[in-house]
Amino acid sequence: MDKIYDIGIIGAGVVGANIARKLSQYELSICILEKEADVSFGISKANSGIIHAGFHHPPKYLKSRLELEGNLMFDRLQKELHFPFKRSGILVVAFSEEEMKSCYQLYDQGMINGVIGLELCNRNRILQLEPKLGQEVIGGLYAPTGGIVEPYRFVFALIESAKKNGVEIKLNFKVKSAKFNGEYYEIFSNKNEKINAKYIINCAGLFADEVSKICGGEEFNIKPRKGEYFLIDKSASYIPSKVIFPVPTSVSKGILVIPTVEGTCLLGPTAEDIDDKEDLSTNRENLSKILYLTKKIISQISEKDIITSFAGVRAALDTNDFYIEWSKKSKNLLQVAGIQSPGLTASPAIANYVKDLLKERNIKLVEKQNWDPFIEDIPRIRHLEDFEVDFLYNKDNSFANVICRCEQVSEAEIREAIRKGHTTLDGIKFYTRAGMGRCQGGFCSYKIMKILSEELNIDLTEITKRGENSYILYKKL
Amino acid sequence: MFEKKYDALIIGGGAAGLSCAYAISKNNFKIAIIEREERLGGILNQCIHNGFGLHYFKEELTGPEFASRFINLIKNKENIDVFLNTTVVNIKINGEEKILSCYSKKHGVLNLKAKAVILAMGCRERNRGNIGTPGTRPSGIFTAGLAQRLVNIDGYIPGEEVVIVGSGDIGLIMSRRLTWVGCKVKAVIEIQPYPSGLTRNIVQCLNDFNIPLYLSHVISKINGKDRINSVDVTPLENGKYLEDKSFNIKCDTLLLSVGLIPENELSRKCGVQINPDTNGPYVDAYQMTNVDGIFACGNVLHVHDLVDYVAQEGIKTGESVAEYLKGNLKDRKQFPVYASSNIRYVCPNKFDPSFDNKFYMRSMIVKNGATLEVKLNGKTIKTFKFAHVQPSEMISVNITREDILKEINDYVLEENKIEFRLE
Repeated sequence: MDKIYDIGIIGAGVVGANIARKLSQYELSICILEKEADVSFGISKANSGIIHAGFHHPPKYLKSRLELEGNLMFDRLQKELHFPFKRSGILVVAFSEEEMKSCYQLYDQGMINGVIGLELCNRNRILQLEPKLGQEVIGGLYAPTGGIVEPYRFVFALIESAKKNGVEIKLNFKVKSAKFNGEYYEIFSNKNEKINAKYIINCAGLFADEVSKICGGEEFNIKPRKGEYFLIDKSASYIPSKVIFPVPTSVSKGILVIPTVEGTCLLGPTAEDIDDKEDLSTNRENLSKILYLTKKIISQISEKDIITSFAGVRAALDTNDFYIEWSKKSKNLLQVAGIQSPGLTASPAIANYVKDLLKERNIKLVEKQNWDPFIEDIPRIRHLEDFEVDFLYNKDNSFANVICRCEQVSEAEIREAIRKGHTTLDGIKFYTRAGMGRCQGGFCSYKIMKILSEELNIDLTEITKRGENSYILYKKL
Repeated sequence: MFEKKYDALIIGGGAAGLSCAYAISKNNFKIAIIEREERLGGILNQCIHNGFGLHYFKEELTGPEFASRFINLIKNKENIDVFLNTTVVNIKINGEEKILSCYSKKHGVLNLKAKAVILAMGCRERNRGNIGTPGTRPSGIFTAGLAQRLVNIDGYIPGEEVVIVGSGDIGLIMSRRLTWVGCKVKAVIEIQPYPSGLTRNIVQCLNDFNIPLYLSHVISKINGKDRINSVDVTPLENGKYLEDKSFNIKCDTLLLSVGLIPENELSRKCGVQINPDTNGPYVDAYQMTNVDGIFACGNVLHVHDLVDYVAQEGIKTGESVAEYLKGNLKDRKQFPVYASSNIRYVCPNKFDPSFDNKFYMRSMIVKNGATLEVKLNGKTIKTFKFAHVQPSEMISVNITREDILKEINDYVLEENKIEFRLE
């Protein structure tokens, strides 16, 4: 007889990954279904990577509560899972009295929400916190609990931890149909693979509306809203230490300057409602708008330092809030939809919330005796001193073979990524940073392809950028 | 940890590093070449077309042949060590001594020490992000050099229908190469109103194969979800996009040949000052950077169009390094060199009136019948006539000791400067 999982999680983004890891604490059999070739390949791959402080949204929203709760969970998660995270602090900067008024409002809102350490700043104070701000700055707001994270690394670590604690994952599994037979769901992929699960948790991000429909749940519409970004090289003449927001507008939090944990810097995002959920294209006008607006914040920003541009899509609902409840239409379907900003920040709290919803349904949550919250911290040579690299070399000489010169990634790290299941060039890039630097893979991609072909015993023509038809090489000469 | 001491260490085993090693080794100094790839020769190894060596060897060679000439000159020499598959990750300076931190699979961490270090790391290709091409991010987009490597060394064809952005030399060479292996090269798109590669390559690689070259055009959008499926091309007029005249070209591969950037991340780490006009270090008449004992030559210094010039520069650098090691470069009088009208840059940035000086420079203009004027302290000491100048073709001139001494008698006491003007 086919296995019947207790829980089927649809979508391996940051929400699905947090839920999977949280539920792996209990005696439940869990399977995650992901349509892409790797985890974190949707919204969780391309976003601002900010751990918000909790002052941007009014207290009436569920998301405000989960944002604050989620924020406080990151220090512990990082100790357990070793993903890049830093409490860099967040600034909102005002360039006029009008904008300063908005900062007062954000401050009040933050205080009501319960944000710790919020501080209103005059011009001197804000320049003390960030000396290179545009000269017209008159003041702003400082939130020391805000931070930055590498979102895909966070997801990879969560998934690794979940897998370590027994969660199974099916990649390239695009849910085509799901029928509840009175006891459990029979879930079919577009390639006719079948998985059985008693409960479905819908974490399908941009496609949560479609998955809900497939599972016989509520009808709602996920409205895709695109955001475009620039990435600035770590060698740029100046990168701020804190995330810098302009004063928000009614539609978005504005276009920001975001230092990353790895030393590069993001500029963006724009906010544009689009029709096609898979439209990740960038456009010239938007990109020049980003440069114009961020140069106002930090004048040293220069187009010369740009290494790439990209776009991500937010999965917004009309209510502008998270939608996390049991379906009223379909039995045993739990909806976790509309998780737009601050979804990344809230995601660990969302997992707790989901756990409580399972409890409400009298699903037995028995804690595992041997649950292990820790995963191994993989050494990365760019963080190490020479003697440490030499020490590793004595155990495995591929630690001393530099594959990606821009980001200093060793052969050992690439092989580790592949063995952890990241088998596309993008998967390896996001796991190791190889190909993410200033040459954008010009020098290292053929080396990575060779290692991939060795590890997986496949021909170079079978290697893809990110699965499906994204092949790199057409044929052998 | 592996440790060894040398007189000079050369970072990079391409044309610049090899020619420099050859020149230093003639003086019996103990040197090492550190090369990150598995063989010496650098990018020459993937340039299997001919056209190399016409100036330096007075004969036409392929890239690997050109490299092997120099490799043979230094092969099996007792005073030269070669570290292959070895990456330099840091340069530390401890008084006169420089310590290179290197990683290799064979030796682990190597600490190599020497009084002189020669930067010969070459350059990298500008990519899509550097030119800000909008659109989706599918597979099938390669820098021309990467595609060249994949075809010529690894033996793989990237796609069937190709569009090439930029008329740089590698892009032109690849148009011909990909046509030969059976791809359809549909267009070369160049943003400038003139080609950015050598004229001979336009003729031999595009015209001979009827590949259309669109000057003053840009790729305004890349389309395709998984693999690229087409590009939008828009003509430019006085810097403005003529959107209504845009057209679409179907393709499954896009090659970028949009310029090269000297790779100076390592140089910056040890305090070498970089000239924003070249993206390479400032060097004096002896190819020495602002850091005593650190020299630079080849494409890490400024991007050359001919490997022959790289070899000349490498030889000169090697000879200077030998003089430096002998202690002969102390208290030499040097004076500044300036790029004036219509010259983007001049390299090197200083001259020594006591010997012949060779200068490389790039024009900012396209002109037939141009004159290059060399002024010493405001007075014209020499003029050169050129049938044609353009930014993509490097100008190289010699100013002899006699040319200089005609003007200045007691240069030791005076402040002097040379200035180049192109009309």
